[in-house]
Amino acid sequence: MLIFVGKRIGFMILTMVVVSILLFLLLEITPGNVATKVLGPYSSEEQRNLWLEAHGYFEPFYVRYFAWLGNFASGDFGDSVRFKVPVADILWPRLGNTAILGIATFAVMIPLSLILGVLAGMREGSKLDRSISIVSIVTTSVPEFASAVLITAVLVFWLHLLPGTSTMSDGFDILQLILPALVLIIYDFGYVTRMTRASMAEVMTTQYVRTAILKGLPYRRVVMRHALRNALIAPFTVIMLQINWLLSGVIVVEFFFAYKGFGALLLEASLNQDIYLIEACAMVAVFVAVATQTIADVGYTYLNPRIRFS
Amino acid sequence: MDAETPLLEIEDLCLSYYTRAGEIPAVIDFSLSLKAGESVGLVGESGCGKSTVAMGIMRYMGNNGDIVGGSIRFKGRDMASLSTKELRQLRGSEIAMVYQEPMAALNPSLKIETQLIEVPMCHEGISASEARKRAIEILEDVRLPDAEMMLKKYPHQLSGGQQQRVVIAMALLSSPALLLLDEPTTALDVTVEAGIVELIADLSKKYGTALLYISHNLGLILEVCDRVCVMYSGEVIEEGSIKEVFDKPRHPYTHGLFDCIPLPSADKNARPLVPIRGQLPLPHERPKGCNFGPRCDHFEAGLCDAKNIPLEPIDAGASGHQGRCVRWRDVRWGEEKPEATVPAAAASDERGEEVLHVENMQKYYPVHDRSIGAFISRKGVRYVKANETLTFSARRQETVAIVGESGCGKSTFAKVLMGLETATDGKIRFNGHEIGNQSVHDRTPSQLGSLQMVFQNPNDTLNPSISVGGHIARVIRKFGVESDPDKVQERVYKLLDLVKLPRDFATRRPRQLSGGQKQRVGIARAFAGNPAMVVADEPVSALDVSVQAAVTELLMDIQREHGTTLLFISHDLSVVRYLADRIIVMYLGQIMESGTTDEIFSPPYHPYTEALLSAIPIADPHVTKRHIVLEGALPSVLDPPKGCPFNTRCPKKLGDICEREMPPVQKPTEGHGIACHIPLEELRKAEAVIKAAS
Amino acid sequence: MTDRSLIPASTYGNALLRALKSFGLLRESIVGMIGAGLILFWIIVAIFAPLIAPYPPNATIAPFVMPWSTGPDGEFFLLGTDMIGRDILSRIIWGSRTVLLYAPLATLAAYVVGIAMGLAAGYLRGRADDILSRIGDIILSFPVLVLYILIIATIGSSGINIVIAITFASAPGIMRIVRGLVLDLRNRDYVAAAQTRGESSWHIMLVEILPNARGPLIVDACLRLGYVIITIGVLGFLGLGLPPPDPDWGGMINETRSMALAFPHMTVFPCIAISSLILGFNLLADGLREISLRD
Repeated sequence: MLIFVGKRIGFMILTMVVVSILLFLLLEITPGNVATKVLGPYSSEEQRNLWLEAHGYFEPFYVRYFAWLGNFASGDFGDSVRFKVPVADILWPRLGNTAILGIATFAVMIPLSLILGVLAGMREGSKLDRSISIVSIVTTSVPEFASAVLITAVLVFWLHLLPGTSTMSDGFDILQLILPALVLIIYDFGYVTRMTRASMAEVMTTQYVRTAILKGLPYRRVVMRHALRNALIAPFTVIMLQINWLLSGVIVVEFFFAYKGFGALLLEASLNQDIYLIEACAMVAVFVAVATQTIADVGYTYLNPRIRFS
Repeated sequence: MDAETPLLEIEDLCLSYYTRAGEIPAVIDFSLSLKAGESVGLVGESGCGKSTVAMGIMRYMGNNGDIVGGSIRFKGRDMASLSTKELRQLRGSEIAMVYQEPMAALNPSLKIETQLIEVPMCHEGISASEARKRAIEILEDVRLPDAEMMLKKYPHQLSGGQQQRVVIAMALLSSPALLLLDEPTTALDVTVEAGIVELIADLSKKYGTALLYISHNLGLILEVCDRVCVMYSGEVIEEGSIKEVFDKPRHPYTHGLFDCIPLPSADKNARPLVPIRGQLPLPHERPKGCNFGPRCDHFEAGLCDAKNIPLEPIDAGASGHQGRCVRWRDVRWGEEKPEATVPAAAASDERGEEVLHVENMQKYYPVHDRSIGAFISRKGVRYVKANETLTFSARRQETVAIVGESGCGKSTFAKVLMGLETATDGKIRFNGHEIGNQSVHDRTPSQLGSLQMVFQNPNDTLNPSISVGGHIARVIRKFGVESDPDKVQERVYKLLDLVKLPRDFATRRPRQLSGGQKQRVGIARAFAGNPAMVVADEPVSALDVSVQAAVTELLMDIQREHGTTLLFISHDLSVVRYLADRIIVMYLGQIMESGTTDEIFSPPYHPYTEALLSAIPIADPHVTKRHIVLEGALPSVLDPPKGCPFNTRCPKKLGDICEREMPPVQKPTEGHGIACHIPLEELRKAEAVIKAAS
Repeated sequence: MTDRSLIPASTYGNALLRALKSFGLLRESIVGMIGAGLILFWIIVAIFAPLIAPYPPNATIAPFVMPWSTGPDGEFFLLGTDMIGRDILSRIIWGSRTVLLYAPLATLAAYVVGIAMGLAAGYLRGRADDILSRIGDIILSFPVLVLYILIIATIGSSGINIVIAITFASAPGIMRIVRGLVLDLRNRDYVAAAQTRGESSWHIMLVEILPNARGPLIVDACLRLGYVIITIGVLGFLGLGLPPPDPDWGGMINETRSMALAFPHMTVFPCIAISSLILGFNLLADGLREISLRD
């Protein structure tokens, strides 16, 4: 088990290194472009050369990469071109905001979709199952930007219940959190629900559940003790991978609600070609994604005794 | 409840499944009564409804099934009148069940302990520690060593035989009055099966449990049961005591079934297999009148297909022998012995030159162990020794059978021979060419065409997206037999004729075919390139008995006609006796014994062969056999025992020498070899395992 | 009957027949029928866009007209106009062409690459499998949208670049599915039979394995099409989609969302359009899966 965890972490580090090389290749392979992006299109040739000289861009590629990697590892991501401050100064607060949004979303979505999924899968083909399935398929079909528009139209413009933007500029406001989280929940819960349902329905038809029923166990015990544990192994992985999806979702939602989060920052950086900020954001995003995948893999093996003890 | 009331009384039970095609009756008018402590066998081929009966008794029909009619009374109480709660209390405590696939029946993520103790805890409300005590007792009863350890394990950590013992223990925990066994040994190896069957018989006596033993194997029924019920296509067609049904079957189907089961006590010349023609009707295509009508030799139009045929008593009916045949009085049972269609067996001197010669063939698979322990001890690579020093040969027109249980390496050998793998060491000469380290890609088309294979699983053997004709035509062109389209077409038809399939099957899809028909196409495909040798890997083991006989006969006929060498791989010694000239018995990758069929079936035996012979269930009450039940499970091929591979389970083990040294091959006669340390004189003293009582 | 009619025709000719038949089977799934209906509706709209659309998509006629009302010159606007006076209905109708062109194109391209990678990884195993799987793992470890943004921000936004980005980002996922199916199918006896008669790896991969993996792949393709439509919409919404002024549903929503307060019709209708098409593919996938599970 320990070896397995070690292997997974090793693979995670390897992935990060490969991603960093790719990013570096993509963004910094030609120093001339970097200088143009940093100093702007109206800078003179001379200015750019001076800047490149000062920032060590005439060194060979691999030397630059390792220097960059070293800075990166020590938390020095360079300065943002657009915000004119060190990247770290804007990155961490933004990441914090997104974490709040993500946690709020997960705190509602996971219990909701697990309960719905298990209820639907427990009695496959029942009315409850059919209604849950239809609702979840419809909500997954509405993209986040569309549901953001529709929900805003109803809750903000018609009913005047909630603020339409969530900039959090005057400090944290729980009301401003509701809309973005709601949009993310509506889009994502259907998927997790359907996965849970499929897994539960499958487990309910297995022979060992039949064995449990024919042993004369109470239905509650059959479901809680025999079915649930096996049925939740697959959704666990799905849920962990949702974090990866959520990272995509927050970009749209934060952009729409002008929420000062990590997703909006990444988008802004890309649109403005703010290269150090892009690098930092992309590395952070990939790190979060790879780390959750690692946890998912390790957790999966832990939940599944067939793998744990082989 | 007085002693006269039957424990279980089923009357006119009708069970149906509902599908898109509508209602499909799975069981029709099923009646049975079972006294306390009695054991009744329910026998029939796949799809006859025997497992559905067990589920019906439990009143568990799943989402799409239902009990449509009839009544089930258990201890005098009508099961239909029970509330959900009462039913739940009955299940698992009064009526318990043992399933076909123990691995699937046990919850993979719960420890054995949890799964065992919850039964008495739920039904009797006893404490966990008391339930645990009981679990340990019962695990010892099912002869599982080290019960304490067993409780802490997960199902996947046990072998198949151990898992089934746990399931049996689970069923017996609350001392049920009735135990339903649904093919409890079908998924197990034959020597393991023997142990389980013996256990079931012993325990039912000890606990006084009534048994309903469901099986497709008449031999097993004979060993366990007092009475037997034969089912065909949803109906009971004959019922009676073991003696009556086995000695005087009075339904053409039962009769036919006995004629097409290979018996290890007789060979092909003494008692040729007589297949039942045709195939089982699909549930929604059952004929009017007698379901067996279209396949019956005694069918009489206007009588057999007029109306539903009732079950009626045979011979005054005092004993309870009943049959569902209107013509049982008219048929002259047992006199219409078909003439032996088998020409006097090809005498061994007719056999030609050596086609295949295998010498010291080895096949190891490397297994990479990447654990830190293995890294430190520098044993990163271990080997699965799938085949160890195989030496034998096969001549033209000869049938050589390789027999052994799962993991004995028989399929690996087939792979090497076919070139899907290459040998690690040793020689394989085929038609004068060395092919041991030649993979398929290095072989010429004619070499490929002259060595073809018939596969085991009928559902897997044909590509579902290619028509039957397409399969055969591809081989014909690939091996350059014909290339002109019309001639290929002609040859496809010829091959379909050869395997006795209608020509219009050429355009059919594999999924429109039954299992037996698919195997026939597989045979046609193997013979399409005019092979010198065909390897058949368990070609009939997945088929129903009545179909098995037909396919076996077909394979033998074609082989004889073409003078092909047949290498027949099987786990079933009784089938092998019918068609093999010589037999090779393998265990854990090594040859234990080899010789002619007669030599293998009579002393001197290798102790393993002896056990294997003893383990075969024989559907003939006039045969007696010595009981040798092997202890322990098959060792893992990853970690085979040192010395003689069989030493861990051998009942005749001499001592240290068996654990230290590979046994020498002793030769009682020129062609007969036994790999054992026990001196030949000693082995010769063994009695025959199977004896026909006079 | 000749050999040709016996083999290839029964393999490929009947394939069409069987495909039609399985669509006939769709009748048994109401959900699947609704899905197919929605898709068919948009396909027809896209094909006949020039005939159906009342106005040219980019013509500025009269700004800020509400739905179901007439403009200053008496033109009727079913769904109203946007802030620069373009007819929303016409733009939605023409926009369906964009979606139904690029989404299937991108999905197809991703499938071609993904299937090739999956077959190679699953059938050839060994080094090829290791390398392809690692590459796939790395690509898949990016949050999808981050990957799209990075790619589009680097290579610029155009129809073809969107197809390239989607292919790049989806192919590894398809590869995983195909690889899993191939790992299962390669152990079938009919594959062993093909190997023992010396068939080439090409033949085995394309004739013996791939056709038998089609069931799960078709279901996955439907789901993926829905997702690709979302992606194209999101890119348009973020301003990374097709360059204006040609109509694109995501872009329309982005352009008008600042007006949503006063004129919700400008954004709501494109939202409904895109959601209905995605719903169509999701329902169809669900129906197909239901049918395939029943057999």
